[in-house]
Amino acid sequence: MNKAEKAEREILAIDGMSKGDSAVHRMSPLSKLLLTIVYIVITVSFNKYDITGIFIMILFPVVGYVASGVPVSTAFWKLRIVLPLVCAVGIINPFLDREILFYLGNIGVSGGVVSFITLLMKGVFSLLASFLLVSTTPVEEICRALRQVHFPKILTSLFLLTFRYVHVLLEEVSIMTDAYHLRSPGQKGIHISAWGSFLGQLILRSSDRAGQLYDSMLLRGFQGEFYYAKGRKSAAYSWPVAIICIALAVTFRFLNIAAIFGGVII
Amino acid sequence: MHMADALLSPAVAGVMIGASAVAAGVSIVKLRKEEKTELEPTIKKLPTMAVMAALVFAGQMINYTIPGTGSSGHLCGGMMLTGLLGPYAGFLSMIVVLLIQCLFFADGGLMAIGANVWNMAFYGCFIGYFLIYRPIMRSGWFRGMGLRGANRLKIIISSILGCVITLQLGAFSVVLETSISGITNLPFGAFVALMQPIHLAIGLVEGLITAAVLMFVYEMRPELLKDVQTDETVKGRASIKGTLISLAVVALLVGGGLSLLASSHPDGLEWSLFGNREEGYAENMGLDEDDYGIASDMADSAAAVQDKTSFLPDYAFAGDSENPAGTTVSGIVGCAIVAAVAALLCLVAGFFRKRKRINEQG
Repeated sequence: MNKAEKAEREILAIDGMSKGDSAVHRMSPLSKLLLTIVYIVITVSFNKYDITGIFIMILFPVVGYVASGVPVSTAFWKLRIVLPLVCAVGIINPFLDREILFYLGNIGVSGGVVSFITLLMKGVFSLLASFLLVSTTPVEEICRALRQVHFPKILTSLFLLTFRYVHVLLEEVSIMTDAYHLRSPGQKGIHISAWGSFLGQLILRSSDRAGQLYDSMLLRGFQGEFYYAKGRKSAAYSWPVAIICIALAVTFRFLNIAAIFGGVII
Repeated sequence: MHMADALLSPAVAGVMIGASAVAAGVSIVKLRKEEKTELEPTIKKLPTMAVMAALVFAGQMINYTIPGTGSSGHLCGGMMLTGLLGPYAGFLSMIVVLLIQCLFFADGGLMAIGANVWNMAFYGCFIGYFLIYRPIMRSGWFRGMGLRGANRLKIIISSILGCVITLQLGAFSVVLETSISGITNLPFGAFVALMQPIHLAIGLVEGLITAAVLMFVYEMRPELLKDVQTDETVKGRASIKGTLISLAVVALLVGGGLSLLASSHPDGLEWSLFGNREEGYAENMGLDEDDYGIASDMADSAAAVQDKTSFLPDYAFAGDSENPAGTTVSGIVGCAIVAAVAALLCLVAGFFRKRKRINEQG
């Protein structure tokens, strides 16, 4: 399976998951979008040494994944893209920041180690949240939510059209790549002699396709904006749940609940 | 170069979202203005923008073998979209590409979308187009090679320069944004030293791929590319005059402005011969600046001639070598002399070429 085919399958899998039915799927798209953005902002705003404070934020994605039935393994698979850069930036912290913050038994834990772990947590949690959003909300619904908050229509229309055409072009690239490699076995990528013509031919075909697409859109009465058929009715609990979650997240940001619970038990 | 949410503080992410939103707003307004002047509705551009954005996304899945290294590179697409759609439509299309990457592939964070748009789309589309692609494509460079040859060379140069410079700017912005966010303990200088060289190599490879693709499009369908000169545009442009004026302005700026920054310290050769007493390097070769070399009548006569003919000794007005205005004027005059010599060379070469052609025809 080539890269384009893998990418297409990934998109199709997420698109399929987003059309599922669960308590999270039934929430209004705008409430989910807002909740996700607030959650990410609060999560990354934690102090880099506040490892106990940030840890409690894991509760939101855990509840979200359990309630939606979205396999968390799919989200963790996505971490392969995020973690390398996060690790590259944070890995140096333990070497430069050696001041001991606390002791675990006899082992001293330095500020650098704590800040590195906090950074990883921020990366993982924010990815889990944004993946939960797209895997429980179809793209059309996200665009509808964006239009409700007056996001420019040219961008939402462009996003929807591009999303539809990504499948077509990924399929074309996949077929072209397979055909090329069948004729040049053992070669790792596209040879320099075909650098221009390989993608260039696709550009020429795509340009013609864009013209046909415009004609067909006009024939269907397109006048600059897609009209969204009213999807399924959003659950009545959408906004109350979103507001409670936001209030809880803000509370966790300013009150170290984990430390308070720990203190009570000890 | 896609930044994750964890690499930014909310304040920095907010500022970058604001900056990118302004750039997107300007692009939308400009597209609407173009709609009025070009009589082409924006909705007609929409399918082209969408298909090209999808193409760039799909094109990123192609691995290109880098000769002699065994590794492979891939396309990012900012400069390519700019060349095909122009800066405003290209910028909006790149936003959509980055959004799809962020939402479906976790390539870049949702909160970091503003920073990613700025680092990859803004530099690629606006800086790449207005400061690199357009000036080069509209210039009168390589006219001697014929229209097709000149256009091909200009596409190669603008693609490579555009990709390298915009990627360097993007990489530098990543370092700046991460450092301001207080995420890493890595010193700023070390972080820059880590990021820039890697992205220099990436930019070079991307530039070559972009050049190859745009050249192919130019050969097949030149009308698809922005700012490509055709016979009509070349005839319609007062190119020689325009080029000479811009060259003169650049020469004045370089000669007049930058010469003020010229070092008053001796250059390497002078320093090694005469030393610099003020700096404590009196020894070196121990020569006296006013009396060195082989004494002979011929050398004295040559020096006398030089004294009479050089109206700007040591690149300043005679007798006023400390005056910065003197250095500035010298710089401008020096540029004028170089330009005159270059023009003379061109005239002489043209004369001989013409004579050769007449002889061949005869």
